[in-house]
Amino acid sequence: MSEAAIELAGVNKWFGDFHVLKDINLTVNAGEKVVICGPSGSGKSTVVRCINQLEKHQKGAIRVDGVELTDDPKSVATIRSEVGMVFQQFNLFPHLTVLENLTLGPIKARGLSRKEAEEKARHYLDRVHIPDQADKRPIQLSGGQQQRVAIARSLCMEPRVLLFDEPTSALDPEMISEVLDVMVELAQEGMTMVVVTHEMGFARKVADKMIFMDAGEIVEEGHPEHFFTNPQSERCRKFLSQILQH
Amino acid sequence: MKKLLLIVPLLLLAGCSSSQTWGWYVIDPTTQSGWTNVKFLISGMWATIQISLIAAVLSIVLGLMVALPGLSEKRGWRWVNRIYVEFVRAIPLLPMLFWVFYGLPIVFQSMGLNIPIDPFWGAIITLAISDSAFTAEIYRAGIQSIARGQREAAQTIGLNYVQTMRYVILPQAIRRILPPLANQFIYIVKMSAFASVIGMQELTRRANELVVTEYRPLEIYTLLIFEYLILVLIISAGVRWLERRMGADERG
Repeated sequence: MSEAAIELAGVNKWFGDFHVLKDINLTVNAGEKVVICGPSGSGKSTVVRCINQLEKHQKGAIRVDGVELTDDPKSVATIRSEVGMVFQQFNLFPHLTVLENLTLGPIKARGLSRKEAEEKARHYLDRVHIPDQADKRPIQLSGGQQQRVAIARSLCMEPRVLLFDEPTSALDPEMISEVLDVMVELAQEGMTMVVVTHEMGFARKVADKMIFMDAGEIVEEGHPEHFFTNPQSERCRKFLSQILQH
Repeated sequence: MKKLLLIVPLLLLAGCSSSQTWGWYVIDPTTQSGWTNVKFLISGMWATIQISLIAAVLSIVLGLMVALPGLSEKRGWRWVNRIYVEFVRAIPLLPMLFWVFYGLPIVFQSMGLNIPIDPFWGAIITLAISDSAFTAEIYRAGIQSIARGQREAAQTIGLNYVQTMRYVILPQAIRRILPPLANQFIYIVKMSAFASVIGMQELTRRANELVVTEYRPLEIYTLLIFEYLILVLIISAGVRWLERRMGADERG
């Protein structure tokens, strides 16, 4: 119980009348890598967005490091300091340089000095293999580089958990692997990760747990070995056959 | 544009020569009395500029304060914004000017406050409030045009609301907000003419006063129109310069 980094218990959410999340139960232990897949509209992004409270759930409990998420701004602040997020569309700040993108959070939210923040930023830019782009604007970088900057930006906040919401879906095919490589390295270094993705090669390589969602429910959950070779549900089998065909 | 600028005065001059209805001597700068009149008319310029500038600055501040609740997720805050915008936007400038200049001091008095409102501040307050409903809408549109992902990214790196606005949203929105805001300044300059009816010695008031003594409305009001035209053309040039600079910045 105490080692659970993230715990979702009976989480429900509605967008108006639309029931997007139905009784989601999910535990992510420290150091664990969980990959969530499923057809579009299945609610997988919403799960991740609820974990860091970009969306509010209406029923059930979400605990991050044992702290339950409530409307209390303090609990949201706790989450934001422990949980990093990487978006499908990168969401880099276009008016700032790469370095400024990375130092904004540490300086303004963490109170680091500019020098400390820049040291940290350069360290993480190195980690994502783009040490020499610090003074460029995001728009001058390729999609793959932008997403790696976004990962470095999250890492600068030194989160305990990193959430990825379809991090490679907006990328040109030839840039996907450079982003996945960085993610694999992070996984190998022991980062706790929740990844929404259709990259099954990546999932096979790093996942400790696979989750398949459909129509707002967790339909199947299991170790990747069983998950890929012997899915239990018909829906999951069909989905896997569709995306693994090519 | 340049052609038009030439044609209009030429037409007026032509009218001058072909009939008795023109009497340009009134504002002929080559004669002593004409020059005195022109100086008298132009002397209202500074007041017009002052009123417009101060009102614009106040409107820019007030507009942002009105716009932000309109972007809140909480319905109550959005209502505050809607009511202000709809209410203020619905009041014609002249009645509002009368209310502020003649009515507001009475409200102050009944509250035990002795705050006199002179024509200068009466005009500024009215223009600023009236314009703020429009600037608020400009801000709202500009801020809403920044993708939601920007706000979300700012939140996930721990920035609070004020920091998100200050460091992420407004620096991006300002490029889209500034040009329409500058356009709004033109509106203020023109509407400042209403200040003449509460006795403010600005461009229009000066023209009115001269008309009363010289009985030459056609010539004097023609000059008045050109005074506003020149002011507005200068602002327009400024706006275009601003847009070019912003555009260059965006590309760079």
